[in-house]
Amino acid sequence: MKQIFTIVIFTENKIGLVNRITSLFTQRHINIESITASESEYSGIHRFTIVIEESHDLTVKVVKQIEKQVEVLKAFCFTDQETVYSEIALYKIQLTPDTDKEALMEMVRKNDAFVKELVGDFIIIEKTGKKQETHALFEALSPFGIQGFVRSGRVSLSKTYSTFSKHLQDLEAHSKDTIIIS
Amino acid sequence: MEAITKEDKKVITGAEATILSLLAEGTDMVFGYPGGAIMPIYDALYGYQKELRHILTRHEQGAIHAAQGFARISGRPGVVFATSGPGATNLITGLADAKIDSTPLVCITGQVASSLLGTDAFQETDIISLSMQATKWNIQITKAEDIPQAIAKAFYIATSGRPGPVLIDITKDAQFASLNYEYRKCTGFRSYNPKPAIDTEKVKAAAELINKAKKPYVLFGQGVILAHAEKELANFVEKTGIPAAWTLLGLSALPTDHPLNVGMLGMHGNYGPNKLTNECDVLIAVGMRFDDRVTGDLNRYAKQAKVIHLEIDPAEIDKNVQTNVAILGDAKASLKLLIEHCHANEHTEWLEEFEKLSAIEYDKVIASELNPSKLGLTMGEVIRRANEHTNGDAVVVTDVGQHQMVACRYAKFNKSKSNITSGGLGTMGFCLPAALGAKLAAPEREVIAVIGDGGFQMTIQELGTIFQTRAAVKIIILNNEFLGMVRQWQQLFFDKRYSSTELVNPDFVAIAKGFGIEASSVSERDGLDNAMKQMFDHDGPYLLEVMVEKEDNVFPMVPSGASVEDIRLE
Ligand SMILES: Cc1ncc(C[n+]2csc(CCOP(=O)(O)OP(=O)(O)O)c2C)c(N)n1
Repeated sequence: MKQIFTIVIFTENKIGLVNRITSLFTQRHINIESITASESEYSGIHRFTIVIEESHDLTVKVVKQIEKQVEVLKAFCFTDQETVYSEIALYKIQLTPDTDKEALMEMVRKNDAFVKELVGDFIIIEKTGKKQETHALFEALSPFGIQGFVRSGRVSLSKTYSTFSKHLQDLEAHSKDTIIIS
Repeated sequence: MEAITKEDKKVITGAEATILSLLAEGTDMVFGYPGGAIMPIYDALYGYQKELRHILTRHEQGAIHAAQGFARISGRPGVVFATSGPGATNLITGLADAKIDSTPLVCITGQVASSLLGTDAFQETDIISLSMQATKWNIQITKAEDIPQAIAKAFYIATSGRPGPVLIDITKDAQFASLNYEYRKCTGFRSYNPKPAIDTEKVKAAAELINKAKKPYVLFGQGVILAHAEKELANFVEKTGIPAAWTLLGLSALPTDHPLNVGMLGMHGNYGPNKLTNECDVLIAVGMRFDDRVTGDLNRYAKQAKVIHLEIDPAEIDKNVQTNVAILGDAKASLKLLIEHCHANEHTEWLEEFEKLSAIEYDKVIASELNPSKLGLTMGEVIRRANEHTNGDAVVVTDVGQHQMVACRYAKFNKSKSNITSGGLGTMGFCLPAALGAKLAAPEREVIAVIGDGGFQMTIQELGTIFQTRAAVKIIILNNEFLGMVRQWQQLFFDKRYSSTELVNPDFVAIAKGFGIEASSVSERDGLDNAMKQMFDHDGPYLLEVMVEKEDNVFPMVPSGASVEDIRLE
C-alpha cells in the first residue's frame, strides 16, 4: 500500500550528489513530490528532505540504496505520523476596484495566513502549513483571482530523539583519516 | 620506490603528480588511448615508461574491458586513461559492466580546460553526469593540488567494501599547473564504511539454523572471490557437509570437481541446483545478490526455506529475497565466524538427491553435448577438448551468448580467479579485450578466450593490441553463423522467426593472419584435437575458429519468468 514518506538524508557537501540520489528514484519510476536541500545542524553537513508516495517496502529499499552512495552519511524515512512538517505557500492577488478587500482579509485571517507584502496593485499572502491547508487557502482565494502561486518543498523534523549525532560519532571514529575534496 | 615516500615534497605538474600517485598505489600497468585533453598526462607518462607500462588498445572500450580482465585475475584495480569527449564516452559500457560486476577500476579522463567548462567546447562532454549511474564514485578535478588526494580516495573506494569502478576527470589546466606534491594513502573517511563490524548474534542465529537443518544448501557468488574467502568457503562446506552451487561469477571459487560442488545456478545452470532450491530447508547465500537470472520468478523461489545471507552491501540484503538472518560483512570474516559456530555434519541423503538429478541431466543433455553422435561439432565437445589440454589450470574468458553458458557449464577449474565473464551486464565484445588484460596481468597462465562469431566482431580491433603486445591469448571462436542465443529465444519463444540473427561472416582466419596472428579453422571432429594441440603448442597468440552446429540450443533452461523448479531439459 502506498503512503507518504519523508526521506531525510545527511550528506557531505559534494557537487553532483543530488543527481546520484534523484536518479535512484527515476530508475524505479518513483515520482518525487518535493525535494529541499539545506544546511543541517552540523557544520559542513547537508540535509535533503525528499517526499514520495510509495509502499513501505520499496521506500526502505531505495533508502538503503541512497545510503550506499559514498558521500551519504545517513538516510532515514518517516511516515507523516512520525514527523512535524510544513511547507510555505505564497499567493499573489491583484487588487482591483472590485476587490472585496474586507472579505479577502477575513479569508487570510481565518486561514492563519498573513499579508507578506503589498506591491503596487498586488498583494502577496504567505501561509505556512501542511499541503491540505495551503491548498485549502488556494481554493478559498481563487474567487479573488490568483495571479501567482508557489509552494515550497517540505521541511520536516522527526518527533523522536535524533540518532544521527551518535551515528556521526561512530562514523568519525571508524575513519581515522578524513579526506574531503569538494 | 624511494622517489615517492611520504616525506618527499616537490613541485611538479598535475600530470606528473597523476603518474606518481598511480605508482604510489602500486600501479604498474595502465590501459588507455591518448587525445588532446589528456596529452599532458601522456607526456608525463613518457618519463616513467619503465615503471608504468601503458597498453595502447585500439578503442577505449577495449581499454576498459582489458582493465577489467586485469583486475579480475590479479585482484588489483585496473587503471584506464582516456581523453575527453568521445574517449570518455567510449568508457561507459565498461564502467556499467564493472559496476554491476563489482570490479575495481580507476579511470582517469582528460577534460577541457576549466575556463571552457559548460561552453560546449571542442570534445567537451559532461562525463561526470554521464558516468554517474555507472560508477561507484566520480569526481572532477580542476586544481592540480587536488590530484593526489583524489587518486588516493579513488583507489580506496574502488577496492574496498563492495568494489567498483571510479572515475576522475581532470581538466587540462589542472594537468599543466604545478603543485607541491605529497602523497598520502587514504585509509578512510567518515561517510563511507566499507568494513561493517560483524554482528556475532547474527552469526549464532545463522549457525543455529544451519545446525538444525536437514537440507541446507549453499549458494556462492563472486563475493567469495572478492573477499579472498575461497579457503573459508571450502572449510565451511567441508565441515558442515553442505552442497554448494555457484552463480556465473562465483565459478572457480570452489574447484569444479570438489565433491560438494553441485554445479551452476540460474537460467542455463544445472538441473539439480535449480530444482532443489525449492526443496532445501535452509538456504545460505554467500556473496551473491539473487540476480533475476539466478532466481527466476521470485514469488516461487525458495519460499519453503529459511534464508541466510552473508553480504557486504547492505542494499543487497532483502532487496530481492527476504532473509531470516542477514550477516552484514566481509565474506571471509563472516565465514570464519560461522565455521566456529557450526557443528561438523554430513548430509549424505540430501547430496544423493543432487546426484540423482545430475544423472538425469547427464542422460538428457550432457552426454550428447560432450560426446555427440551427430555429425556437426557441438560447443560442449570443444570445451571438453580444451579441458583435456589444460587440465583445468587455464583462465577461461568468455563473451556473451550460448558459448558463454556452455563454457561456464563445462569448463573445469582448479583455481580461483580463473573464470572471467560479463555477468550482470552481459556485454558482448567483453571477451577479447578482457582476455588480453588477463594475459598481461598473469603472463604465466594459459588464457583462453571463448567467443561467439557475433561478439568477436564487436571488439575485433583488439587483435591489433594482441599483435602489438604479443600477449599469447588463445582465442577460440565458436562459429555458428548466428547470434546464437537470440536465435535460440526466437526458436523457442518467437515461432522460429529468425529476425536479424543470421550472420554472413568474413574469413576470420585471414583477418587474424592480417593482424599477424597465427590462425586455423576446423569444422570436423577428426581435426579438432589436432587443431587444439597446435593452438596450445604455438608460442604466441593464436586464433582457432571452430565451425559448430548452427542451430543447437543450450539446455537446461529456466524460461524467463518461470520458476527455478520449472527448469526444462529440452
Ligand atoms: C552489446 C550487446 N548487444 C546485444 C546483446 C544481446 N545478445 C545477447 S547474446 C547475443 C548473441 C550472441 O551471439 P554470438 O556472439 O554469435 O554468440 P552465440 O550466442 O552464438 O554463442 C546477443 C545479440 C548483448 N548481450 N550485448
